[in-house]
Amino acid sequence: MTSHNASLLLHQEAGILTCQIAGDWHAGEQQPEPLPSVTGGERLQFDCSGLGRWDSSLLARLLPLAESARQAGCVVADDGLPPGLARLLRLALAVPARRQPGNSHEEGILDHVGKVTLAAWQRLPLNLAFLGDLFRSLGRLVLGRARFQRADLLLFAEDAGPRALPIVSLISFLVGTILAYMGAAQLAMLGAQIYIADLVGIGMVREIAALMTGIILAGRTGAAYAAQLGTMQVNEEIDAFRTFGLPVSDFLVLPRFLSLLVMAPLLTLYAGIVGVAAGMLIATTVFDVGAFAYFQQTTKALNLTHFIVGMVKGTVYGALVAIAGCLCGMRCGRSAQAVGEATTAAVVLGILLITISASLLTILFQQLGI
Amino acid sequence: MSPRPTAIEIDSLTLRYGERLIQRDLSFTIAQGDIFIIMGGSGCGKSTLLRHLIGLQTPAAGSVRFAGVDLWQTDDSTRQAMQRRFGVLFQSGALWSSLTLSENIMLPMTEIGGFRAADARELAAVKLALVGLAGFEDFYPSEISGGMKKRAALARAMALDPDILFFDEPSAGLDPLSSAHLDELILELRDSLGATIVIVTHELASIFAIGDNAVFLDAETRTMIALGDPKTLRHSGPEGVRNFLGRGKM
Repeated sequence: MTSHNASLLLHQEAGILTCQIAGDWHAGEQQPEPLPSVTGGERLQFDCSGLGRWDSSLLARLLPLAESARQAGCVVADDGLPPGLARLLRLALAVPARRQPGNSHEEGILDHVGKVTLAAWQRLPLNLAFLGDLFRSLGRLVLGRARFQRADLLLFAEDAGPRALPIVSLISFLVGTILAYMGAAQLAMLGAQIYIADLVGIGMVREIAALMTGIILAGRTGAAYAAQLGTMQVNEEIDAFRTFGLPVSDFLVLPRFLSLLVMAPLLTLYAGIVGVAAGMLIATTVFDVGAFAYFQQTTKALNLTHFIVGMVKGTVYGALVAIAGCLCGMRCGRSAQAVGEATTAAVVLGILLITISASLLTILFQQLGI
Repeated sequence: MSPRPTAIEIDSLTLRYGERLIQRDLSFTIAQGDIFIIMGGSGCGKSTLLRHLIGLQTPAAGSVRFAGVDLWQTDDSTRQAMQRRFGVLFQSGALWSSLTLSENIMLPMTEIGGFRAADARELAAVKLALVGLAGFEDFYPSEISGGMKKRAALARAMALDPDILFFDEPSAGLDPLSSAHLDELILELRDSLGATIVIVTHELASIFAIGDNAVFLDAETRTMIALGDPKTLRHSGPEGVRNFLGRGKM
């Protein structure tokens, strides 16, 4: 069967507009330009004598024409159209297009900035309420009155801690290696390779182990918390807690917060040890430092303060990651997309909070002379 | 027959979602032991009204009183105590996905009811048997079908033998047979427990089969346009309500 090119013509005779439609109409194939809007006339009629096969692409051309005709006070006579097409056109014209005032998509950058700022401002009380609830839960915990499932705590702790060991091992090993290489390149020029031990030891234990652990936890555990709580929000599971009068903060936030609070410093300690071991491996195999000498130099360089500083930082980062994850999960909307957004927000917020607190803590410890 | 006492009293309630008006000037009472239907077209604010009744959302104006006590003019602990007399069946079931069916029912019992775990387990099995799910105690919500989830959620809503049961679209997503079965179960519960039951639904079969009284929320005027027995409203209600209810074949 041959296909004829679609054509669309409009001519006017004494107030009567005739729209001539011909050829085969298929969506996706070459089609005539849309007709100009009707601005006057008494009657719009259709001549379909040359029309072959058609689909909704023809309707898409006719609808704006018929709409403009109707607005111009011109009668649309659809009896010339094939019955099916006439019915579709009537159906499409039945409800006039509504312009929803709230749904305009054209907004300038200032509108956008304003909306984002207002949204953040409106969320502030909710965020503060979340923190307030968390502190009240911690208070109840201290008094021994917090209600949550002990089994939950163990599960969350296992997931946040032991299950993160492989990735923490890998990353701290690699970071330890990088530190050792970077330091050695400079120190070797002075023949002072032995000081790789100081660099890697203090750098890892005091700063980098905590930072890397924090970032891994943000991407791994914080994101998981946001996704879990967000999905519970979508499934109305959190509402179910509320209607039973069960404290959501005790049941859902507290066990997650506690497990990170306990696991983060332990992971930090572990990451520091792995990093030091990596530095030792590089120093002894590549830069000819004796293993025993390296070990001695490390023990000389490190003291308890370094460990404590590192673990305090790890604890703070862990707590911040838990807060970011749970907060983003709890304020999640009620759709699948919202869960995705909450997860992303949890990771971004977690890393942001870690970075800010890292600089604040470094300045603080510097000022205190620790 | 003397009039039954009032269980819930709703007075000039206005619901907003942010700036948007959902419903205004809602005033009606629900008698104790009634099966009361909140009906209306999609998007008219039925579920939002329910969320206000069970204390999940704060009304913009007006009051919701249970046995004379205003849910929103009281302190947190009284409100929580009031909420503990509610049983709620959410649209999606809202079973806690990390717990088994039995644990889902036990949690409110042990944490709020103060039951010992062994007693709670035994009672949970009974509640599950009541909704036809005996033997499913150790299944997780993800392992059972949609209709079973609804029934399990109903068992959880009954965990603390509530005075008032709220149902949000109980038959949504159920086949006609399961839906009819659920209706029978609801009637049975009312008759045996004497509970007041509030149901949000647009399922005509359910409305006529079990509804004692109903309120119709209109999506256009954003307020209630009819109150009364659905069987009567079908013939003598305002036009919008007659059209809505007249679609049902009885």
